[in-house]
Amino acid sequence: MSELDIAVCVKRVPATDTRIRIAGSGAGIETAGVKYILSPYDEFAIEGALRLRDAAGGGRVSLVSFGAAAAQEQLRTGLAMGADSATLLAGDSDVDALATARVLAGWFSSLEEQGGASGLILLGVKAADYDQQQVGPMLGVLLDRPCVTGVVEVELRDGAVRCERETETGVEVVEVELPAVLTVTKGEYEPRFVSLRGIMAARRKPLLTGEAESAPSGAVVERLIAPPARPPGRVVGTGSEAVPELVRLLREEAHAI
Amino acid sequence: MSGSHVAAFAETRDGTLTGAAGEVASTAVRLAGELDREARASVLAPEGPGGLETLGEYGVAEVLHGSHDAFASYNPEQWTAGFVELLRLDEPSVVLLPATALGKDLAPRVAATLGVPLIGDVTRIEVRNGALIATRPVFAGKALAEVRIDARPAVITLRPNVFSAERTGAGPAKVIVVTPSLSQPRMRTIERRAGGGELDVTEASTVVSGGRGMKGPEHWHLLEALRDALGGAATLGASRAVVDAGWRPHTEQVGQTGKTVSPKLYIAVGISGAIQHLAGMRSASTIVAVNRDPDAPIFKVADYGIVGDAFEVLPALSRAIAELKAGD
Repeated sequence: MSELDIAVCVKRVPATDTRIRIAGSGAGIETAGVKYILSPYDEFAIEGALRLRDAAGGGRVSLVSFGAAAAQEQLRTGLAMGADSATLLAGDSDVDALATARVLAGWFSSLEEQGGASGLILLGVKAADYDQQQVGPMLGVLLDRPCVTGVVEVELRDGAVRCERETETGVEVVEVELPAVLTVTKGEYEPRFVSLRGIMAARRKPLLTGEAESAPSGAVVERLIAPPARPPGRVVGTGSEAVPELVRLLREEAHAI
Repeated sequence: MSGSHVAAFAETRDGTLTGAAGEVASTAVRLAGELDREARASVLAPEGPGGLETLGEYGVAEVLHGSHDAFASYNPEQWTAGFVELLRLDEPSVVLLPATALGKDLAPRVAATLGVPLIGDVTRIEVRNGALIATRPVFAGKALAEVRIDARPAVITLRPNVFSAERTGAGPAKVIVVTPSLSQPRMRTIERRAGGGELDVTEASTVVSGGRGMKGPEHWHLLEALRDALGGAATLGASRAVVDAGWRPHTEQVGQTGKTVSPKLYIAVGISGAIQHLAGMRSASTIVAVNRDPDAPIFKVADYGIVGDAFEVLPALSRAIAELKAGD
């Protein structure tokens, strides 16, 4: 197992400025006219992986995505950023996170049997669609690898990874031996700009496709509903003269202070 | 595990119960009532933290205390092993945890170990025609998903501040101490750096958020003054523009690539209100906006707005609230 074989799990999601409309069936979103992107947190994960590879002066970054066939487009984006190869596991990823983690764990286990395992698996801390924040730690459990979540900085040394992770009270520096799973959050990672040269190079990089079966593990989205509409807001007034009235409303009407 | 009761994970931090513990315990009691079952609490803490019997005030009959020195601070592997051991002893049909930073890290590990799905960051939980239905915001709150959970135990995390903690219990709970067997963790914590003691934006009941209209990080003391005047569980938030400009840490970012919040009061100052930001805060109970631009989208979701300059309005607002609080 090469220490510098890094895999990044990525997901195709609707652009974050999309206005979500619920499909007629009620169980999904209207996809017509929706622009799709690489989930922003996955971009941070790819950026982290590329920096590790570049810092080591060698190694490979491979991408894997479980989802719609159209996710090839997002994998190409990741290749254009600088990843070396990509694999699409085509299947229905609109399932619970455990089902997704099982598909990915199956994929990594089969790689391991073939002697091509990734020592380090990175994921975005969450996907910008279902906001589950689950697949990474679940993958860690299923593969029996330690998983560090909310990583903002990572360094490889002597077969171990040293990470800075965010907690609710500050920052923790933790160390784990490889192989390991990390979920990456925003931190200081600024995903690199995709250059025209990168896009051209991406066309020549290997993008493999396969099929993956997933089965819901006991949770079913029965329907999506629109969030309750907020009552129309009102402008209390202009400038600091409006402050006494605002404070009165917050106390007597909203009971908020 | 197809047990008979609802288990509440009562979170501890530094060996003490957190505010979310009451919300989770109280919700477990309500849900247990709907399912005609009992509610129990599970706690991971070092020996003798004291006060665990106070969970009885929420109506919890028994507290299972997983006692170990390792629970003085959070280590994912040891906490997962400890909690799973309690669950295997206790065999609940529903497991509730708080969707705090710790809960969001722990719950997926526990669910994957048990081989059941996790419904995370839930804002509503109910029994409908005999089925357990959990509702959770998706697309950062642009839609809500109603999820039917058939697996048992059903593992669910509850968004902080959404469920009320009600002290309807009769008296102290019975505390049963269990000493879990833990192996050496593979994850070693080398260093912990405190982040200035700021309350996490997802856990605060009042959020004072600033945007580009604040013109620079040097003006944040105006927002801090308002936060301090409001008192209680108040903290600072920020728009993405401000975080991307490096004025504020991204831990404070509210919105689709930041955090989704549900405070009782959200005050947006100098934030125009991009769709991603509105998604992240629209479930606040009360929203106040201060912005110079009367056409800013933030005014469409705000309950109360003041059109005006933040530098003029903020000091006046802080002063007025401080005076009001002083008179209480």
